[in-house]
Amino acid sequence: MSHPHALASLEASFVDAFEAHAGLLAKNGTGPAEALPFAMAPALRRQALNRFRDLGVPSRKNEAWKYTNIPEALAAGFAVSPAAPPSDALPARWRDCLLPGLNAHVVALVNGRFSSAHSMIGDLPEGVAICGLETAATTCPDILRRHLGRYADWETESLTALNTAFARDGLFVYVPKGTVLEKPIYALHLSTTNERLFLQPRHLLVFEENAQARIVERYCGLEGEATFTNAVTEIFVGERAVVETYLVQDPGDEHSVVSTTQAYQEAASTFSTATITLDGKVVRNNLNVLPNAPHCETHLYGLFLPAGDTQVDNRTLVDHAKPDCVSNELYKGVLNDRASGVFNGKVFVRQDAQRINAFQENKTIVLNNEATMNAKPELEIYADDVKCSHGATTGQLDPEALFYLRSRGMSKRQAQGLLLHAFAGDILERISIEPLREMLDERVTRLFGG
Amino acid sequence: MALLQINNLHARIEEQNILKGVDLTVGAGEVHAIMGPNGSGKSTFAAVLAGREEFEVTEGGVLYEGGDLLDMEPDERALEGVFLAFQYPVELPGVSMNNFLRQALNQQREHRGEEPLSAGAFLKRMRECAALVSLDPQLMSRSVNDGFSGGEKKRNEIFQLAMLEPRLAILDETDSGLDIDALRIVADGVNALRRSDRSFVVITHYQRLLNYIVPDVVHVMADGRIVRSGDKSLALELEEKGYDWLREEAVAA
Repeated sequence: MSHPHALASLEASFVDAFEAHAGLLAKNGTGPAEALPFAMAPALRRQALNRFRDLGVPSRKNEAWKYTNIPEALAAGFAVSPAAPPSDALPARWRDCLLPGLNAHVVALVNGRFSSAHSMIGDLPEGVAICGLETAATTCPDILRRHLGRYADWETESLTALNTAFARDGLFVYVPKGTVLEKPIYALHLSTTNERLFLQPRHLLVFEENAQARIVERYCGLEGEATFTNAVTEIFVGERAVVETYLVQDPGDEHSVVSTTQAYQEAASTFSTATITLDGKVVRNNLNVLPNAPHCETHLYGLFLPAGDTQVDNRTLVDHAKPDCVSNELYKGVLNDRASGVFNGKVFVRQDAQRINAFQENKTIVLNNEATMNAKPELEIYADDVKCSHGATTGQLDPEALFYLRSRGMSKRQAQGLLLHAFAGDILERISIEPLREMLDERVTRLFGG
Repeated sequence: MALLQINNLHARIEEQNILKGVDLTVGAGEVHAIMGPNGSGKSTFAAVLAGREEFEVTEGGVLYEGGDLLDMEPDERALEGVFLAFQYPVELPGVSMNNFLRQALNQQREHRGEEPLSAGAFLKRMRECAALVSLDPQLMSRSVNDGFSGGEKKRNEIFQLAMLEPRLAILDETDSGLDIDALRIVADGVNALRRSDRSFVVITHYQRLLNYIVPDVVHVMADGRIVRSGDKSLALELEEKGYDWLREEAVAA
């Protein structure tokens, strides 16, 4: 369906928007352009925009985007404006997106902009910063200079380039050396708009040497028109730091999301992340981890439960560049109705990265004939002393198991619910934040019973 | 009226005919043993009674308490008091014994118009039934059959039988793979559950189990039919002479 002329105009609309807002992006609301950190400087933005123009909006001709049609998702037309001010007035429903019982540093972003009115950050240990990225450009310029734009690959990924050109605000977290953040951070990304909006939040999470923290990011759509979010997150995990992140996506069935995360690990650090997709229109998650020093530990978990016409595409890369690391990946999905799922997981072991243990598994249950799953696990190994495995299974619920439960008096739906709950439970039980686990457990029950 | 009345039951899977005219009548409180060589159709018979969908009944019928059993879904049959102890109990990783049994039991109670058991009463009941077959109560917090030993799986089936109190219990080779001590435990459990309003169909390859669970009637199945019925002495005769003479008779007939 790709129409070269239509595509060109799609890119042109972003370029036009950039030119229209160039002045504003250069000022960035604070101080003179010279003071802007590296990734926000006008020259860099211009470079990133040019890169985007050359690469173009990813089409299905691009192998990496074979199953997710971004031009189609953008066809409805979205206003590209980096200027949307943070809205103080939100539909009351926004409070439903909070997690009852969670004692956390709550930080809210509305349409990609930090909203102090809806944040409840509370007391923080000394040196810790949790705020909007725009604010951080003034309050923590050195951190931004050191980390922002250093990890996410805007030179070959067109949507990362586009985000880099427009990046203005987003979530900023900084946990300095040796600091343990006891309470989790709950970052709520809300959207509410009267016109179709293209949002480009840019998040930077920096955990220095020996720091510890847990972060839940949740994307929640409120009333209003559809949005397309092109989010980029950069995570720096310093030496011996222990970091746990959760991405919970339930934006609503009208909203599309491309979420690109680049995590960078230093020696002996532990990075665990879980990506949980409950709904959305088109959801694409690019999760790249680079354990760039020995003795790192990396855990990637995923749970996707799309129904209706939701499309979920998870693409992961663990790039083992250094020896003596462990990575473990488990993605599970349940597809209902006409939903489609993609799992494309790649583990790359470079030549000098000896003694790597890398495991990867994807299991998907397809409940319906109209739902489709494409799974492509990949291992690319150039070292000779490694222990790696991968596997992907897609199928229906085990008829033996269903029959066993029904032979004890459970209805078909009840038996199915119990089995699906157990299937998802494999991921849910790894969630260390109890109120989050409970909320997801309840969602699973609502979806499937059991 | 008989609890179970089976007339000329034929069943097949895919293109293969397995049951070729089974006739059997089981009265309330009776214990019937069905013996027979491998491939005679014993397990298919059990599966058809429990409602496995892969098998197609092509002829004949099954009356259970006067109603058409074959017309009922597997869960309806269970709610009406039919229980199958599986030859190969299924492992259900992630489904806790506790949750599984509570849901199953409450479903059955609801069907009978009873209130769900309180947490305390449920636990007490579970402990009593587990003790009946010497099943470690620790297993109740584990996933169903997941990592259970062969003997534990079989005892778990009888434990569930005790919990769910069926009117018709079908035991599909519950003795296979059990050592003599485990066999005795399972048999003692079954004997303790015998009641005037509960019938058993005990399917077994070997006579050994019938030393412990003494049947009222012994049937021999061969080539998809019951070829001979008698009292418990028939089981001993089979043990001595094997099945070949019966198979020859069946073919000749």
